[in-house]
Amino acid sequence: MNIAVCIKRVPDMELRFSIAADRKSLDQAGLKYDMSDFDGYALEVALQLVDRQGPGEVVLLCLGPDGVQETLRKGLSMGAARAVQLKAEDVPVDGMVIARALAAELEGGGYDLILFGRMATDTELLGLPCVSSISHLEIADGQGTARRDLEGAAETVRFPLPAVLTIDEGIARPRLATLKGIMAAKKKPLETKPAVLGEARVTVEAMALPPERSGPRFVGEGSEAVPELVRRLRTEAKVL
Amino acid sequence: MAVTFAFAETRGGELRKVAFEAVTAARQAADASGGGEVHALVLGAAGIASKAEALGRYGADVIVVVEHAGLERYNPEVAAATAAERLRAGQYRAAFFSASAEGRDLAPRVAAKLGAGLASDVTAFEIQGDSLLAQHPAYTGKIIVTLRLTGTPAIVSLRPGATPAVEHPATARIERAEPAVDPGASRVVVTELAQQTGAKLDLGEAPVIVSGGRGLRAAENFALIEELADAFGNAAVGATRAVTDDGWRPATDQIGQTGRVVSPDLYVAVGISGAIQHLAGMRTAKTIVAINKDKDAPIFKVADYGLVGDLFEILPRLTEEVRKARGHQ
Repeated sequence: MNIAVCIKRVPDMELRFSIAADRKSLDQAGLKYDMSDFDGYALEVALQLVDRQGPGEVVLLCLGPDGVQETLRKGLSMGAARAVQLKAEDVPVDGMVIARALAAELEGGGYDLILFGRMATDTELLGLPCVSSISHLEIADGQGTARRDLEGAAETVRFPLPAVLTIDEGIARPRLATLKGIMAAKKKPLETKPAVLGEARVTVEAMALPPERSGPRFVGEGSEAVPELVRRLRTEAKVL
Repeated sequence: MAVTFAFAETRGGELRKVAFEAVTAARQAADASGGGEVHALVLGAAGIASKAEALGRYGADVIVVVEHAGLERYNPEVAAATAAERLRAGQYRAAFFSASAEGRDLAPRVAAKLGAGLASDVTAFEIQGDSLLAQHPAYTGKIIVTLRLTGTPAIVSLRPGATPAVEHPATARIERAEPAVDPGASRVVVTELAQQTGAKLDLGEAPVIVSGGRGLRAAENFALIEELADAFGNAAVGATRAVTDDGWRPATDQIGQTGRVVSPDLYVAVGISGAIQHLAGMRTAKTIVAINKDKDAPIFKVADYGLVGDLFEILPRLTEEVRKARGHQ
């Protein structure tokens, strides 16, 4: 079973964010990037499937500047066989442009599964069956069965392989790279190709920090303050 | 003049609240473009047409109804093909979906079929000449990004609750249509839809959410949270990741970056410190109340009203006062 996992790097959300002078991009100073959590789940799912239903290999794909090579190496150290960087200095904000560039690379790759972490854009472009936000997956006899958690409900979805899947929280805890894995990753192939980027229909107009709330208005301490809280919820916030 | 489109979600033979939000947004976009018709698309099993009429009260002029036995549950391939076919057939300025579980799946499929621009999880938008400007919270809500969508139709998925439904009575015509592809031939098939037991009101639909964190100390203490939710009468129960990871609450109750993203009218955070991961899921709520024993907890930075103290003392009193206020005495 051959599986492609499309990953991206995201800034460490715990750090402070500020906006660059153009008011359209993040100030890169002080940002630290890592593989997104959801991509970690997707990679873990892929590695487990190949472990159990091999032979086959897991191939990583990432679009972005040279900084993404570090993210790809991390994936290789977890157990992926090889990696491809689709080089672009700036990652487009138009998800469709990214999806087309990835699709061009994936086309004809003979993959049984193409996995994404959480993604706003699917890859119907490849013409393959696509199931999004899955929280459970079983593969048997060229057929997949997945669970999708909805609001207050869960769907069971059946689909044939090859297929494109996006992965949700909770499906599998990503393994930690071992020292052996980290050493081996240094010798694994990491290929760089130019990304083929089409015309964008979506661009960033502006970035801003969220409006500050006027609060906190401390209503008081302990249960004696409860009637005052309820009064304000009725008269000020008008939510009661 | 511009025609706009809304995809009206259904589940279990009923329209969902987000359906009315999508129609409201389409109405506002049409009005902002010099006035024009709003066309709403509804897919479902036989009988959905009678429910779909309600969309007229929110400004839909044409309600396109596709009834088919194979559409009782969400069928992604049929829904995407049918919406795309409709959008290709007309000069639609913009198309609105919900950023619900279903809409997050559907909107990108439709955008891909049309080669159209997509903005996801949108909290506000405006029409500006040939463009649609859409705001959405990015990076766990730390940054508000405004996107410019060019070309038509501009495809938008709306964060549930962020753009409330507003009544706008119109005389709607019902138009019948066929699925664009045979539902029996779908490759991706939803074989089962299991409603979760115990889920009273869905987190995405509830006007009020009462949420608990580690401060509750044990799974059984969530009874206090549930009692407060009951007192509101229109509240759902949420939880932090720490709580769902520990199995105190089901994973589907998790609010945050890796769980549900919600925008209720009122969010009551109880015993929640306010980790970034949690704030990402609730900071766009209209009013936030925080109850915590630590007055320096980060949750108070996003709260409109803060109450410092022992939640085990405060919650029963709050439940009682809310019950009084709601006239449930």
